[in-house]
Amino acid sequence: MTAASDARTSSDTAPSANTFDADILVIGGGPAGVWAALTAATQGLQVVLTEKGFVGTGGATAAGNTTMIYAPPQSDLREAAIKRRWAQAHGLADLGWIERVVDEVHLRLNDLADWGYPFPVDDHGRSFLGSLRGPDYLRLMRRRLRKAGVRILDQSPALELLMADGAAAGASGINRVTKETWTVRAGAVVIATGGCAFLSNALGTNGLTGDGLLLAAEAGAVFSGMEFTAQYGIAPAFASVTKGIMYFWATFTDEAGNELPRTGDRQSAIARHLLSGPAYAVIDKASLRLQEGMRRGQPNMFLPFDRRGIDPFTQRFPVTLRSEGTVRGVGGLSIDRHCATNVPGLFAAGDAASREHLVGATSGGGGPNASWAMATGNFAGKAAAAFVTELGPSHRHRRTQAAGGIGLRPDGARDHALNLSELTEAVQNEMLPLDRNYFRTGPGLEASRERLNDLWRAARRGLTSSAQDIAKTRETVAMLATARWILAAAIERRESRGLHRRLDFPQTDPAQQRNLLAGGLDRVWARPAVTHAETPAPIHSREEALAS
Amino acid sequence: MIELVSQSRCISCHACVLACPQNVFDSVPHAPPVIARPDACQTCFLCELYCPADALYVSPLAHEHEVVDEQQLIAAGLLGSYARAMGWKRGHPGGTENDLTYRMFEEGLIQP
Repeated sequence: MTAASDARTSSDTAPSANTFDADILVIGGGPAGVWAALTAATQGLQVVLTEKGFVGTGGATAAGNTTMIYAPPQSDLREAAIKRRWAQAHGLADLGWIERVVDEVHLRLNDLADWGYPFPVDDHGRSFLGSLRGPDYLRLMRRRLRKAGVRILDQSPALELLMADGAAAGASGINRVTKETWTVRAGAVVIATGGCAFLSNALGTNGLTGDGLLLAAEAGAVFSGMEFTAQYGIAPAFASVTKGIMYFWATFTDEAGNELPRTGDRQSAIARHLLSGPAYAVIDKASLRLQEGMRRGQPNMFLPFDRRGIDPFTQRFPVTLRSEGTVRGVGGLSIDRHCATNVPGLFAAGDAASREHLVGATSGGGGPNASWAMATGNFAGKAAAAFVTELGPSHRHRRTQAAGGIGLRPDGARDHALNLSELTEAVQNEMLPLDRNYFRTGPGLEASRERLNDLWRAARRGLTSSAQDIAKTRETVAMLATARWILAAAIERRESRGLHRRLDFPQTDPAQQRNLLAGGLDRVWARPAVTHAETPAPIHSREEALAS
Repeated sequence: MIELVSQSRCISCHACVLACPQNVFDSVPHAPPVIARPDACQTCFLCELYCPADALYVSPLAHEHEVVDEQQLIAAGLLGSYARAMGWKRGHPGGTENDLTYRMFEEGLIQP
């Protein structure tokens, strides 16, 4: 019996060691997931947190340091941070959302200080709460989760959602180490699985393959902002370390040593050049004081250099751009102010959710995205708790049905020509190249869409898997699905705005200052958000005041 | 990518097997774990932090494997160098109080 067929009949199997009843299931143990789980558990609910890797090292934050928006209420700092985000959002953010994220993050960073995260003290003797080291932050959160009674399932990717009368009611999956299947029945589910970077090797992102996006779509959830995903991070050409912050103090050159022309941002200058030849960087504008700050602040930034014998402050090194897809792009599950998706009982937080409310059409980078994860984790945890409380204890007796499709339940006979590595490569061929995805054109996007639609049809018919590769199979399907939502939205937005750069529509069109929704599995669609429900009124609007 | 589990340093605690976000290692009873899926390594260096014995080495090369020599790595001070730079000891966190990241915001060039 395959893992898939084991998982299929979860409602009929007797409870076993690997079947859990919970009030809330959180899928994904990065910053958004750990906060969602902790918040829900603090309200006295039973919470299970599953993570495909390990709660502490999983997700993009764990591998790096992250800037945080730390701005006390009624401070000039707060006003400036809010104005900055608003000004950079290309007209698609929501001021009320920006304010509540900033305020929530301030409270939660203070929590971390109270819980013993050793924040550094600056030269003036003030604690600096504007940055977190990923591994330390998540290890602390893991301890808090244990203390709060959250059951953590490490190395346990979710493979499909369980549904009860159209509402999310749990999930089932597999343990990658033991190969045992697991099932969690719950009153509400929070998707906190992060974004999708298509195995680009951008730092800490190879576990981020859009898994939760696929699960949610199979339950009928829709997406927003998927076109704002042409986000790439600068890295040494040989290494994974996409820490962009150091390149603020860099000089970029071509093979012959001529400085690259700087029109637009750093990424665009490099992207244009990489189309024709190699590009190089040297971090030659950092003072000695700053160099020490970088070294003692961001040790992993220097691992590629120290281990290759390169001094990045004096020696130039080749650089490349690695796709950060929806991880540091914008798009994800469309959510309301409670982080609820359009599927009852299904909530989303962090990079799995669209960050348009906070960053509009532009990259959240590390700081805003990490702040978003912290804030929406808390919002989602609270809202899921309220949903379950409303539902009452009867949710434990609901009959559930497995919602997963492709890769678990093929329509036809096994197609032996379908090879996971080749499928992955085919998706990467549409999503990673700069001339296809950084610089987009209508015909190019449409050709990509046709190729991926063909692949989807083939996979739908004949992609099967064994317990050995079922998690990898679903990751591959999730990447394929995510790529198709991105393409649909990118085709639909016939202008350039923020992270969406159309060579055939280079201008921003004021008439298109609105969100695009996307969704579907066999028939993928994208269209402007039109109804009132789809574009909720700003939470409390100061737009005019800020614009004037 | 991960290139070394030092047979002399490893204490067979298997912390790396659980902590690896990419499920690269396989446990072996009463012996050091093996690098079972080297190409799944995402070069995030996190296993080095979780190793209590400084027994792991992740090469910074993300796309190709390199042959490493344990004695040379030790001589170059590279075995356990990430954990030391961070201030982690024996697999336990430490050192955030020495984080000088705030200097990057002093000039006002970048703001979160």
